[in-house]
Amino acid sequence: MHEFSIASAVVDTAVRHAAGRRVTVVSVRCGRLRQVVPASLAFAFEVLARDTLCDGAVLEQEIVPARLACAACAREWEIELPVFRCPTCGTAAVAVVAGEELEVESIEVSQDEEARCIA
Amino acid sequence: MHRVKVRVVEDALDANNTIARANRDDFDRHGVTVLNVMSAPGAGKTTILERVLRDGLGDLRVGVLEGDVQGSLDADRLAHLHIPVTQLNTGNGFGGECHLDANMVRSALPAIPLEDIDLLIVENVGNLVCPAEFRLGEDARIMVASVAEGDDKPGKYPLMFRSCELVVVNKLDLLGHVDFDMDRFDYHLDAVHPGVARMRVSARTGEGLDELREWLTALPDRAAAPAG
Repeated sequence: MHEFSIASAVVDTAVRHAAGRRVTVVSVRCGRLRQVVPASLAFAFEVLARDTLCDGAVLEQEIVPARLACAACAREWEIELPVFRCPTCGTAAVAVVAGEELEVESIEVSQDEEARCIA
Repeated sequence: MHRVKVRVVEDALDANNTIARANRDDFDRHGVTVLNVMSAPGAGKTTILERVLRDGLGDLRVGVLEGDVQGSLDADRLAHLHIPVTQLNTGNGFGGECHLDANMVRSALPAIPLEDIDLLIVENVGNLVCPAEFRLGEDARIMVASVAEGDDKPGKYPLMFRSCELVVVNKLDLLGHVDFDMDRFDYHLDAVHPGVARMRVSARTGEGLDELREWLTALPDRAAAPAG
């Protein structure tokens, strides 16, 4: 359900960087720990992009696996379930190395429609 | 058609975080510590606040910002406490945002008497998902989980349970009437947020609320202390 909130933030970010140009592609990186459902985000993006510079743009989503590192035994591993404990030494002193990303990586804009969009 | 790729590399919630920092600056300038209270709907946030704030928190001057999708039922319940309560609705008429964000809080700032309070308690919209994503400019976050919700919730909503520094387990008086195993809850909680501080309370009977009162009373000093 938070996909709508996130999609709204993604559209705003893309529109700001588009600087008046029409956006054709928006690339985002979503860490698995953000619990974003890709299909829901795509749907929310499509709906919220309407009547903005992102109208009709393709949303490319890269899902970043969740990786933890253990301070005690220096092990680094990928988790499939939200269990924040080292499987080797059992300590809870683990740090999230990856998986909390929620970034707009890049956008693709079409230059020659610039005039029309501003008009 | 000429297409250009524009590198952005920006946190999607950057705009929210920027406004949250501005809120924080305003709170700091007025010496106000801010606590963001989150939970599922009906976990007992308002009842806990009613009970905890009834007799005051020592010398602390407390204000409450009530976030709701609609109406002022919760703010009305706190009105008899004679403390500044500000209602913030996220929607107009039908439907509205399911969480507070930094900009909504910013819009409510003129209505909050910051110079007259030391601690602002923000009661977020009841929701275990979205509020965890949006920083408001708070110093600390706590969440309330009630035993009626089941002992498996930390594993289902890790983002929420990981985003707070204190988990208050409410409705202890219902233990025995619902299938809730405290050990299993702790097990699930420790899996997603190992060692996070937790309290067990019943807003109804008052059990455990003194501990929460102490925690809240000490919060401004803790927030002012340098991290680490």
